Amino acid sequence: MLEIRNLHASVDGNPILKGIDLTINRGEIHAIMGPNGSGKSTLAKVLAGHPSYEVTKGQVLYEGKNLLEMAPDERAREGIFMAFQYPIEVPGVSNAQFLRLAYNEKRKHLGEEELDPLEFKDLLKERAKVVEMDASFMTRSVNEGFSGGEKKRNEILQMAVLEPRLAILDETDSGLDIDALRIVAGGVNLLHNSENAVVLVTHYQRLLNYIVPDYVHVLAGGRIAREGGKELALELEEKGYDWITSSVAASGIGASRVT
Amino acid sequence: MSTAENLVSQEYKYGFVTDIESDTIPRGLSEETVRLISEKKNEPEWMLGFRLKAFRHWLTMTEPKHWPNLTYPEINYQDMIYYSAPKQKALKANLDEVDPELLKTFEKLGIPLQEQKQLAGVAVDAVFDSVSVATTYKEKLKKHGVIFCSFSEAIREYPDLVRKYLGTVVPTNDNFFAALNSAVFSDGSFCFIPKGVRCPMELSTYFRINNSESGQFERTLIVAEEGSYVSYLEGCTAPKFDKNQLHAAVVELVALDDAQIKYSTVQNWYAGDEEGRGGIYNFVTKRGKCAGHNSKISWTQVETGSAITWKYPSCILLGDNSIGEFYSVALTNHAQQADTGTKMIHLGKNTRSTIISKGIAAGKSNNSYRGLVKVMPKAENSRNYTQCDSMLIGSNSGANTFPYIEVMNNSSAVEHEASTSKISEEQLFYLQQRGISQEDAVSLIINGFCKDVFLQLPMEFAVEAQRLLGMKLEGSVG
Amino acid sequence: MSLIVKQEGVYQAAFRLLQQRTAGNNAAWFARLRESAMDRFEQLGFPSIKEEEWKYTNVAPISKVNFEPVVGSDKSEATLTADEVTRLGYVEAQASQLVFRNGVLHSDLGSLTGLPTGVVAIDLAKAIADEKYGELIREHLARSADYNANAFTALNTALSSSGAFVLIPKGISLESPLHFHFISDPVEPSAAAFPRVLIIGEENSRATIIESHASISEATYFTNAVVEIVLKDGARLEHYKIQRESADAFHIATTSADLGSNSRYNATTINFGAQLSRHDIAVKMANEGAECWVDGLYVVGGAQHTDTHSVIDHQQPHCTSHQLYKGILDGKSRAVFNGKIFVRHGAQKTDAMQTNKNLLLSNEARVDTKPQLEILADDVKCAHGAAVGQIGEDELFYLETRGIHHNLAKNLLTYGFAEEVIAKIKVDSIKAQLDEAVLNRINARLEA
Repeated sequence: MLEIRNLHASVDGNPILKGIDLTINRGEIHAIMGPNGSGKSTLAKVLAGHPSYEVTKGQVLYEGKNLLEMAPDERAREGIFMAFQYPIEVPGVSNAQFLRLAYNEKRKHLGEEELDPLEFKDLLKERAKVVEMDASFMTRSVNEGFSGGEKKRNEILQMAVLEPRLAILDETDSGLDIDALRIVAGGVNLLHNSENAVVLVTHYQRLLNYIVPDYVHVLAGGRIAREGGKELALELEEKGYDWITSSVAASGIGASRVT
Repeated sequence: MSTAENLVSQEYKYGFVTDIESDTIPRGLSEETVRLISEKKNEPEWMLGFRLKAFRHWLTMTEPKHWPNLTYPEINYQDMIYYSAPKQKALKANLDEVDPELLKTFEKLGIPLQEQKQLAGVAVDAVFDSVSVATTYKEKLKKHGVIFCSFSEAIREYPDLVRKYLGTVVPTNDNFFAALNSAVFSDGSFCFIPKGVRCPMELSTYFRINNSESGQFERTLIVAEEGSYVSYLEGCTAPKFDKNQLHAAVVELVALDDAQIKYSTVQNWYAGDEEGRGGIYNFVTKRGKCAGHNSKISWTQVETGSAITWKYPSCILLGDNSIGEFYSVALTNHAQQADTGTKMIHLGKNTRSTIISKGIAAGKSNNSYRGLVKVMPKAENSRNYTQCDSMLIGSNSGANTFPYIEVMNNSSAVEHEASTSKISEEQLFYLQQRGISQEDAVSLIINGFCKDVFLQLPMEFAVEAQRLLGMKLEGSVG
Repeated sequence: MSLIVKQEGVYQAAFRLLQQRTAGNNAAWFARLRESAMDRFEQLGFPSIKEEEWKYTNVAPISKVNFEPVVGSDKSEATLTADEVTRLGYVEAQASQLVFRNGVLHSDLGSLTGLPTGVVAIDLAKAIADEKYGELIREHLARSADYNANAFTALNTALSSSGAFVLIPKGISLESPLHFHFISDPVEPSAAAFPRVLIIGEENSRATIIESHASISEATYFTNAVVEIVLKDGARLEHYKIQRESADAFHIATTSADLGSNSRYNATTINFGAQLSRHDIAVKMANEGAECWVDGLYVVGGAQHTDTHSVIDHQQPHCTSHQLYKGILDGKSRAVFNGKIFVRHGAQKTDAMQTNKNLLLSNEARVDTKPQLEILADDVKCAHGAAVGQIGEDELFYLETRGIHHNLAKNLLTYGFAEEVIAKIKVDSIKAQLDEAVLNRINARLEA
């Protein structure tokens, strides 16, 4: 589904990603871990097409197509979804209005008929159960005045509505209390199936207790420093990132800027 | 963000000219011109007197060039035509007698004048250059006691009512442009809602400037008697000419005890081209008097057209417990300039006013909010809330806020807030990440920004306004 | 008409006298500067309420009084004693104060022993004549405060004969605040004083200055002060301006600051006295990364009139400005606030905020406020707010439910309203003085 080859990217001329290789197949859950500044959020944003990040080298194929040539909204309509670490507020635009527009854009793209507001309302009501959100959220402006936890739940609600093929969750666990984390993780598990893939970008192992990954990749200094199964996350929890970064430094791989 | 920058702006679709024979007086302005206009309209002596008084006063006044944040070349008031009317029979018994060319024009503008083709809930007075060519649903309205007709007709048919209220809200010597209008105004609409009547349909006037050499000076007077209610809509367009044209209108509203007037405008005069050539100079005086207790006047405006907008729809809150509202969206693009806002003059006790202004400046345009909130000593327990938000699109535009707040008693409270924002790259990316195209994302964000104002518009108008905004902004985000 | 001509005559005569007296001992450029400023004053005349900047403040009362300009030196019998100086002073600045009597510096009444070596704090006229500072002053004097735009600044520039020049060298920090102690001692009827101050804070210097205006007698007099401040890169200056002129005085002041890269200027302006006061404060964010906090508090009653005009001019990107002005009005007093945030073309990433809040204690008081934004750059964060009102009913009720008497609750909340500005003051004796002054004002109202 997704094939990343020797991906290099920089922001404001500073190289962040220095050669990432990663393959993701449908049905899989991948966790991207790593210390602060290792490039994991950058990877998520590059995949979603954030304009501030410049790809300097490498290739990304998504369903056989060149992903890097697509505009962010094209990628979204093709099924890539990113849950933002800091969801953006859009004053004056209601959640329902926004979701219906996004949903219908996708349907149009797939050659399907658009849903009218009433039909969409039913769908939204159904999907909102996934993240235990009540109807009052739908009439409020997108993310405006939402608490941190509400914003994250709203991201998962959007995921539930848009049904992506590839969902990238950027630090979705950060700033969540245990109840919200349980709801968010429950939502993701409910939405995951053999036809789609999930990428979890996270600093902590905690989230992985709720969403169990098939593969764990540890980033350090803009490269994948170590890969393994879910047990790698537990090992990290025990030994900390220093264990990886120091071994990276020792082996001389990309250790220049790790905090 | 540079993709949208190159999108081609959509053409101004109302820019066509109607080829029609007109009865036009020679250009220039003198006492003779004023007499000639009055004569053409067969006006009574008192009306001529009103005009002459205004004209003589106008001669002593100077154009307000210093305080507005506007720059434009000298207007030559002698190089303009003050009366131009499409030639047709003097009195139109029914629509069949209206020149088909005119009917076609309004149809093309989306304002069919045949009642059967219209939206059932809206009565229209169609004004073409200097005259009203048709007013629909007059008879139906008359059954409810509502008078809705052209101003000329009102002077002929309801002289006492017109005399009683004309110039009582905007005196002939109020300001330079109001004095000019009072001297030479040609037509406009008159609405009278009798005591206790809730006007059964929306009343609307559609203004069209067609002649490239003429100015338009319309006059609107709306009187809502005790306990009545009316919602009035106003729309305007003009053909594309390289020359600037002057539009100096006066609108007077009077609300008696417990009456309510809701006045909505979507102003889409020709704005000039990208370089600022041509376009309407829109110098308008609009004012409402809440004369009675518990009366309410609400102005909603969506200003997207005109090369220059100078306009401050205001409320004089004379009656105790009266309410004034001003909701405004002003969008400027390319070389447009707008200096617009409101005045809320609190005179009565427990008076309330709300001002919500949203200014959007794109291209190299300049957009200013100018407002006055004045609470007089006797206006005890009065309240005002003002919120002025500006959005800048691109780094060559300007957004300004000039609020004047004057409070003269200690039981009233006035609150003013203003902010400036832009469409952030992060916001656009977020929406795009959800599959929404950049243009749609921009229009979504702008509509969200203007939501509080659009909510005030009657439904058809709100749709039109949203569409207009999206259209006007195409190509401006980069 | 004749009155105004006569008044201008008074200032003109003083100007001629001053030019004659100083002919030869002054730098030629300074004489020319004064001449040009006098010409400008004659062109402008006293402002009228037809001018937008003076719309709400009528200065006719100033132009009508036959003031006696104090220029060069004040010859009158000195009644100002060291005790008075101490009484009106601040304990933190006892060894770092410049004392001015009717705008003229009296070194004998002050003390500068508390200043670090290298810091210059001398009479402006002397400094101009001193070849060490002449050129530096020429470079900066009357540059920031534009006399072309303001008749009072022009008049001050034309008649400035004394004042202070302060230079804080690179990297130097002042431990104690430097106090500019302006005292009016109007032994002659209707004195008019024109003090002028130029402060240059060099790179990474730090200082706190207090500019206070007070009087030892209740008399009608006229203070027309101009303070210019230049902060070089990384310099920091805290500026407290305390205006406690006599009840019949006229106080017109201009403060103008030009900020270097990453410099920081904090101004707190307190207006208590004078029958008519006007303060124009302009801060130019002329270099990237500059930051300013411009706060103020005006507490007026009776027939007092106070007017503040502030302009924060964001000329360069990445600058931050905050303004908080609060006013408490009683009696038939009137307050004017006109604040402008100006963001020039290209001044991206500007962060500017302005707030003006007014509390009306009396039904005959009047507030005219006009916060303005002029924004010519799109990537900025600018906001302003203005409010005029009374003490909140909810707050009042809350205190009353806790058993606090209605009037006391009202006073407490009024005090709290002022405290938002006062609490930020970092010089203890100023804070204590203002606390007391505010409480006095409120109590006086209680008894009335």
